Amino acid sequence: MEIKWKIGDELKGNVPPGPLDQKWNKYKDKQKLVAPNNKRNVEIIVIGTGLAGGGAAAALGELGYIVKCFTFHDSPRRAHSIAAQGGINAAKNYQNDGDTIYRLFYDTIKGGDYRSRESNVHRLAEASVDIIDHCVATGVPFARDYGGLLENRSFGGVQVKRTFYARGQTGQQLLLATYQSLNRQIAKGTVTMYNRHEMVDLVKIDGEARGVIVRNLLTGKLERYGAHAVVLATGGYGNLYYLSTNAMNSNASAAWKAVKRGAYMANPCYVQIHPTCIPESGEYQSKLTLMSESLRNDGRVWVPWKEDDVQAIRNKSKQPKDIPEDRRDYFLERMYPAFGNLVPRDVAARAIKKVCDEGRGVNATGRAVFLDFEDAIMRYGKSEAHQQGLSNPDKSTIRSLGEKIVEAKYGNLFEMYEKITGVDPYHTPMMIYPAVHYTMGGLWVDYNVQTNIPGLFAIGECNFSDHGANRLGASALMQGLADGFFVIPYTITNYLADKIKVPKADINHPAFEEAEKSTRERFEKLLSIQGNQSIESLHRKLGKIMWNLAGISRTAENLSKAVEEIRALRKEFWEDVYVPGSMDEYNPELEKANRVADFLELGELLATDAFHRNESCGGHYREEFKTEEGEPLRMDDEFAYIAAWEWPNTNEEPILHKEDLNFEVVKPTTRSYK
Amino acid sequence: MKLTLKIWRQNGANDKGHFKSYDVVANEEMSFLEMLDVLNEELINRKEEPVVFDHDCREGICGACSMVINGKPHGPLRKTTTCQLHMRHFKDGDTIHVEPYRAKAFPVIKDLMVDRTAFDRVIQTGGYISVNTGGAQDANNIPIAQSIAEKSMDAAACIGCGACVAACPNGAAMLFVSAKLNHLNLLPQGEVEKLERTHKMIDRMEKEGFGACSNIGACEVECPKDIQLINIARMNRWYFSSAFAGDQ
Ligand SMILES: Cc1cc2nc3c(=O)[nH]c(=O)nc-3n(C[C@H](O)[C@H](O)[C@H](O)COP(=O)(O)OP(=O)(O)OC[C@H]3O[C@@H](n4cnc5c(N)ncnc54)[C@H](O)[C@@H]3O)c2cc1C
Ligand code: SF4
Ligand code: FES
Repeated sequence: MEIKWKIGDELKGNVPPGPLDQKWNKYKDKQKLVAPNNKRNVEIIVIGTGLAGGGAAAALGELGYIVKCFTFHDSPRRAHSIAAQGGINAAKNYQNDGDTIYRLFYDTIKGGDYRSRESNVHRLAEASVDIIDHCVATGVPFARDYGGLLENRSFGGVQVKRTFYARGQTGQQLLLATYQSLNRQIAKGTVTMYNRHEMVDLVKIDGEARGVIVRNLLTGKLERYGAHAVVLATGGYGNLYYLSTNAMNSNASAAWKAVKRGAYMANPCYVQIHPTCIPESGEYQSKLTLMSESLRNDGRVWVPWKEDDVQAIRNKSKQPKDIPEDRRDYFLERMYPAFGNLVPRDVAARAIKKVCDEGRGVNATGRAVFLDFEDAIMRYGKSEAHQQGLSNPDKSTIRSLGEKIVEAKYGNLFEMYEKITGVDPYHTPMMIYPAVHYTMGGLWVDYNVQTNIPGLFAIGECNFSDHGANRLGASALMQGLADGFFVIPYTITNYLADKIKVPKADINHPAFEEAEKSTRERFEKLLSIQGNQSIESLHRKLGKIMWNLAGISRTAENLSKAVEEIRALRKEFWEDVYVPGSMDEYNPELEKANRVADFLELGELLATDAFHRNESCGGHYREEFKTEEGEPLRMDDEFAYIAAWEWPNTNEEPILHKEDLNFEVVKPTTRSYK
Repeated sequence: MKLTLKIWRQNGANDKGHFKSYDVVANEEMSFLEMLDVLNEELINRKEEPVVFDHDCREGICGACSMVINGKPHGPLRKTTTCQLHMRHFKDGDTIHVEPYRAKAFPVIKDLMVDRTAFDRVIQTGGYISVNTGGAQDANNIPIAQSIAEKSMDAAACIGCGACVAACPNGAAMLFVSAKLNHLNLLPQGEVEKLERTHKMIDRMEKEGFGACSNIGACEVECPKDIQLINIARMNRWYFSSAFAGDQ
């Protein structure tokens, strides 16, 4: 089937002039302000309470705006940011290993395979420094060394140690600090919090975002809220693939409703597949669990060289430790000697898929490789024995000393692995396989993190802005906090400065009427179909299409097949879905149905974007575009642009708006980790 | 494995509620929630109402999942949330009772789902450090002894699931509140507001209808994140020193 699209107007990123490292400071020098007495009359809606939304609501409340904040969770503390494990980057250079703001900026641009906007990334690197100070001041118990100073670890794709962490629960600690700052504002009355309230439509008046339609999930009632500006901080769309490391309720509907109201979706095909997740165990599988990238600091990835060893492991006649060193292929170390096991995620994921496609996968399904800690345990054990002054310690003493060190570093991850698989990773190497994890694509925003709809802002994972075609580890938390606490308070103020005379939005305006009515009709339609397929089963089908045809590696042929199959499935959904219950009650199945219906459109757009991008870059790997060694081949002459898609609500083809990427400071080169 | 589930069904806070029996076929690799998914899928296919329960991350970190399994919040396995409990810990032919948390401060919303917003309101009274964004000093200006940072982190690991309240015959929230107080009060950044914070949060806790502590220790046993009673002891010390300070 032929995939078609139209070309629309070009977009401008509204990047301020001046040298890259001065843009943000100059912006702040010149931006418009809102006086404190006027802030008290200006209303802002924030959707989401993750690092981005929670941070924005707290910071905007501190400034004195009237903030209304919404989440579908029962408490702001449950936002999906809570699940981040590994850490957060910042260019503090506390390790004296040569880190600078420029280097963090450069690594992020390179890691993103030269597909992000320089100015945004530089601002992010600048903010990273303030983030750590702010987090420590608000009580984040980061890991510390014996001298009481902050500890760092390293993450994939970089050669310095700049990642701050709180055990394996960094996201939890950052989110709790954010939640606490938010609660302080709730107590002060600057922020009104609406839990278990889901945004189901965006309301525009005279072309500007002026409010939202929200469903009170407990009563099922539709409610209207108005404001001078709306901020979406609603996370990523990884659950489009059904199985992902995202929380069960993460979804793309808030962003997609904005798209249906005219916002552009940028680079939806840039999806991050994380190399180290616990492999699937059966059809009933509801989600996949990440094993943090930090494990690749110490774990070595391997599969056997020989077919008979592979078979012996699969049928359990041999244990991994029975395979001698020379019959093991530490393939990341072999293929990428400079970065070894710490190559970026997209590179590692493809390499893992490759050895499994060669038939060397080590579990029953053939879709797993080993992540082995034996060397690290022995290395740490020896060093610890030396420090303790033990002479000639035996192997088991060394081993148990080493296990303790590994436990201190990764204890909770090892525990989680054992809980899920029933296997003790201190003694048997972990089995891991790639899974969908993060979405670099998202709502298109300019330098102000404003979408193409005036007054509609998008921050955190739900925008597209900072990670190009691939995100480096520990950079999403950084972006969430930067956008929420340190960027939007300035840029939204610049926008609102012109709105202080504008009266509060009238929720009886016809635009609110229309939005509420169309939402109600959609829910009624979903409930009236009364077909034979559960929402879960349809979602699972969609996930299979996406994973098989638009996953780790893609071809034009498969992508057009994907579009065809998604359309057919969408039709099936609207004819045969079964949604139990009614609208005016707590009805989680209805919530899911609404979200899956949106995924069924976003999936088509993702495949279209992937089809149109005739190159390989970052997480987007097209088999037709590779070097002789099989490495991804970028086509800078043709594709050095951001693809922002307009989705017409009729059956016409989507419209592609391009924003050219201008590299003023960094010269795009072939990303090499060899 | 074949299981009989006795699940509490309750349609709203005003409904009396009752146990209903279901048969389900599971396997050992499934998580407890995946087993409930399988049941719900069957119920939906039979056009019956699926069982409602809170859940999200399914990784033991968000604190959303919350049921009582065979009399124990989060089920039989220690230091494990319901979502991380796998069916290999049950046997073929088992009968499993599943019911919501039962505590005065956590009213049932539907089936296995309860309202835990009382926790948020306790945090709102002081579970934070009062600093605004911007202007923080360099993060390394105040060194914090590793042992202190670790103790603070031990307490900060609380996921706000409420199992401690459900486990307590008095429905007390001492473990949860003490976890937040220890997280913040032990750090130099949180020191300034220590006594005031302690007082305010404990006051609020009592107003929310959580019961009194009678040193039973069931909370510590059922806590999936291994939050320890020592936190309550420290909290009491702060509480009484602030009560005796006279100027609170
Ligand atoms: C398992 C895992 C581990 C990770 N580890 C790391 C790591 O170590 N380092 C790192 O940097 N990044 C990591 N990430 C990525 C990072 O956690 C996320 O990208 C980031 O936390 C997203 O934050 P956010 O604020 O944009 O959105 P989220 O935290 O996803 O918050 C979204 C919010 O929006 C709300 N919401 C959504 N839709 C609606 C709606 N329609 N109505 C009302 N509310 C809505 C939700 O309730 C929620 O409050 C990890 C991700 C995963 C999945
Ligand atoms: S103290 Fe333990 S049981 Fe209580 S809310 Fe926190 S994690 Fe849950
Ligand atoms: S679902 Fe998040 S802790 Fe269980």
